[in-house]
Amino acid sequence: MTTNRYTGIAIALHWLMAIGIVGLFALGVYMHELPLSPDKLKLYAWHKWAGVSVFLLVIVRLAWRVTHRPPSLPEHMPRPEQWLAHAGHHLLYLLMFAIPLSGWLMSSAKGFQTVWFGLLPLPDLLEKNKEIGDLLQTVHWALNMSLAVVVLGHAAAALKHHFLSRDDVLTRMLPKFAR
Amino acid sequence: MKRITLALLLAASLAPTAHAVEYGQVQADKSRIDFAYQQMGVKMDGRFRKFTSQLSFDPAKPAAAKASFAVALDSIDLGSSEADQEVASKPWFSTQAFPHASFVSSTVKALGGNRYEVAGKLTIKGQTRDIVVPATFATQGATGVFDGAFTLRRGDFSIGEGAWAKFDIVANEVQVTFRITATPK
Repeated sequence: MTTNRYTGIAIALHWLMAIGIVGLFALGVYMHELPLSPDKLKLYAWHKWAGVSVFLLVIVRLAWRVTHRPPSLPEHMPRPEQWLAHAGHHLLYLLMFAIPLSGWLMSSAKGFQTVWFGLLPLPDLLEKNKEIGDLLQTVHWALNMSLAVVVLGHAAAALKHHFLSRDDVLTRMLPKFAR
Repeated sequence: MKRITLALLLAASLAPTAHAVEYGQVQADKSRIDFAYQQMGVKMDGRFRKFTSQLSFDPAKPAAAKASFAVALDSIDLGSSEADQEVASKPWFSTQAFPHASFVSSTVKALGGNRYEVAGKLTIKGQTRDIVVPATFATQGATGVFDGAFTLRRGDFSIGEGAWAKFDIVANEVQVTFRITATPK
């Protein structure tokens, strides 16, 4: 039974990041609409601190993924579906990496250095430049919209596996207490 | 005798340039006022694009030197138009009512070498405070370059009232640095 399951670490990273990504996405959409205020600056700082934290988790997760083979997809899945699942997962990893990076670059270009939890300054990767800053803002937004689409597809696929195909694709990613 | 004559001649030829140069023509394009502050532990900076200044400084008579500045507060550049608009508003500079910040020197003290101490009155948002600004002076060819820096507390001038009055997000201390380039009058 345990052979076809994700490792505890992989499950923990998956759900930790799911919470982080949904929270960061919602916070990002909300804070962007606020008029300038101390609260807005505070939320931006928190968003960046959390973003850096998730970025670190992405790196840990990529390292774990590279060194631990995930359980294979069910035999009954047709080839195109398997291909789609793999492509989707690759896209998720790519976006999980590109989105915080684009945020970091945007902060640099806009002249707002990122100081993790107000303590650890991250190097500015770009010079302050308004045009590049605005461009990166668009890039950050577009990547997030792409992620939203892929995540919805990811969740829909998981539910399809669980309720229609009735296989273990969803349950093997659930923590023990939730099964 | 010959030697003394030579020395006098030399002194006479040097004297006009060494003693009567009064720097007073400010080169706006080579002068700037910048500032820096902390925002939740992050170092931020900006500058004022427009200011006018009157200056008279003779290195041989520093005590007679005078300087005054008027800074157009709506020429602030914080790097984002949203922030520039915010600081023009009432809680910050209230530029409609107080378009300029001004500094007028009262005394200039030579500290030795190329270092000076300029005391004067800084007025922002209708409030005047005495400040002391250390500055250096150096010549670059025909021009004189003044560099200086001082720290002001925005709370002293009610810059950032209401929700911004606490210093947990935007720090109280603002480091102002300036470079003024002037040619002789």
